[in-house]
Amino acid sequence: MSLTHDARVAVRPALAQRLARTWPEINNPAAWIVAAILLIMPLIANGFFLIEIFATTLILGIMALSLMFLAGYGGMVSLMQLTIAGFSAYMVAVFGVSGNANISLGWPWWLAVPMALALATAFGTLGGALAVRTEGIYTIMITLAIGAAFYYFTNQNWAIFNGHTGINTVATPHFWGVNWRADIPFYYVVLAVAALCYFAVEYLSRAPFGLALQGVRDNPRRMAALGFNVNAHRVAAYAFASFVAALAGVLQVWNYRQISPGSVSVGACIDVLIIAVVGGITRPIGPFIGALIFVLLRTFALDFLVRLGLDGNRFRLLIGLGFLAIVFWSSDGVIGLWQRWRQSQRPRTDRPGGGRGHG
Amino acid sequence: MDSVAQRLSAVGAGAALELRGVTRLFGALAALTDVTITVRPGERRAVLGSNGAGKTTLFNCITGDFPPSSGTIRFFGEDVTHFPPYERIRRGLRRTYQISALFPGLTVQDNVYLACRGVSRGRFSLLRPGQNDALMHATDSLVQAVHLTAVKDQRVAELAHGQQRQLEIALALAGAPRFVLFDEPAAGLSPTERAELVEILTSLPAHIGYIIIEHDMDVALRVVESVTMMHNGRIFKEGLPEEIQSDPEVQELYLGGGHE
Repeated sequence: MSLTHDARVAVRPALAQRLARTWPEINNPAAWIVAAILLIMPLIANGFFLIEIFATTLILGIMALSLMFLAGYGGMVSLMQLTIAGFSAYMVAVFGVSGNANISLGWPWWLAVPMALALATAFGTLGGALAVRTEGIYTIMITLAIGAAFYYFTNQNWAIFNGHTGINTVATPHFWGVNWRADIPFYYVVLAVAALCYFAVEYLSRAPFGLALQGVRDNPRRMAALGFNVNAHRVAAYAFASFVAALAGVLQVWNYRQISPGSVSVGACIDVLIIAVVGGITRPIGPFIGALIFVLLRTFALDFLVRLGLDGNRFRLLIGLGFLAIVFWSSDGVIGLWQRWRQSQRPRTDRPGGGRGHG
Repeated sequence: MDSVAQRLSAVGAGAALELRGVTRLFGALAALTDVTITVRPGERRAVLGSNGAGKTTLFNCITGDFPPSSGTIRFFGEDVTHFPPYERIRRGLRRTYQISALFPGLTVQDNVYLACRGVSRGRFSLLRPGQNDALMHATDSLVQAVHLTAVKDQRVAELAHGQQRQLEIALALAGAPRFVLFDEPAAGLSPTERAELVEILTSLPAHIGYIIIEHDMDVALRVVESVTMMHNGRIFKEGLPEEIQSDPEVQELYLGGGHE
């Protein structure tokens, strides 16, 4: 058979089929149900649940999504994703309006936010450019070092970061007659950004850039032997992930209206890793599931433990045990457990020959 | 040096591949010593030699997987000695690996698509390819050429060994290759699969030259016009297949004593 033989043009699939190929969620009733529940959430949840549980989950989920993109598709475990988000949050407070008038420049939010996003993306890309020279555990060490350095720097720098007190009463956007930090508008802002990030990652995973990243994960040497500049691809992945993390940082500073070194501590950096791993780093939905579990445990484990007569502050013990269990029994997190359960329920002949590239 | 070797290396500036004094050291061990080879465009050559003769190291130096310790490498007249691998690939060099180097987490189609994308523009494209994307058509015809259409949506990790070897070849033929390095493409293939491999190699367009490392003489000598024998990291003999086969020294060293 000749190599120059032209492939016969396949029959054009119907529009619905093409849509389903681009967005596999379309054929999944569970995805529709989740989307509907998220959209009508303000009708069923009070302000506490809306913000403290769901908005917080989505913000942490976006941060963990940026790690999932790097680790799941690129094979690069970065522990600085929370640091990039925190940097972005600090920049919103520094360039925008806050209670610390001696530090904040007082720019309107529509100037301060793009500035924060640009600076945080640049910061993460630079960190990535350092990290891509290493592999495996050394990537983890370099990104952890960047996170730790940033934490101690914010603690000690008073000129910009206001030391250990941080920056308080950060202003949030008000326009079109809406206070966008009021519970319901803010929930929808967070939901919109989370949906945008989720679908962007999902879409990219099948675009040449995302496919090449998965190729780099599986076999960097072969990627170079196919004409790819592997390190440039890795740095570009850091740039994208940094932008996603920076978006989460903006939402976080609007959520708490303050930012201090406590929010960028090394422990918090590791929380993002735990969230992503517990949820599962093979699919973009994993980080959001992990974030929901984390937030629910953090919020309710205290009461639960007290009711059992234990010290409420031991909720981290529960998270740690859950983390251990997941790592032992399901290397691809909760979604991995779910997928295996689904497959065991299905007749063997019905099993697909592997997903289309989700790795 | 005999006349054939002179003729083979006298092509000079018009060479597809020209190595001058290439040496590669691993610590104190010289994997390649002063290797000088010239290959014409479109020439098909076998590199023979026992294990440790330096054949794969030679390939790694040519593609840039390891840079040579000294010497120069020219590809179609251009000095590529200090180029990273991807720059050499973009100029039309290709290779396969002795142990399949594929992307096990991706489908067959995605593997081949990446190979096509790697040697064209838009490697960083954020847009998914449409149904009429030219590279998707190129991908489909390559998949068909190596008889993998039936499994194109399967993950590579699930493929049989023979299919992985065929995919390995498909990755090296993406785009517009000008020169290909085949590192033991027949390793582990069944007799039928070997016949298919010979068919694929002999049906390559005449302008695509290649070097093939192959222990199976039935495969190697049917698909090449010249042979280079290596021994202990040096060029030992160069010549036509029949000359090399009948050379007493070569027989003593390599072919003698019931080779595999």
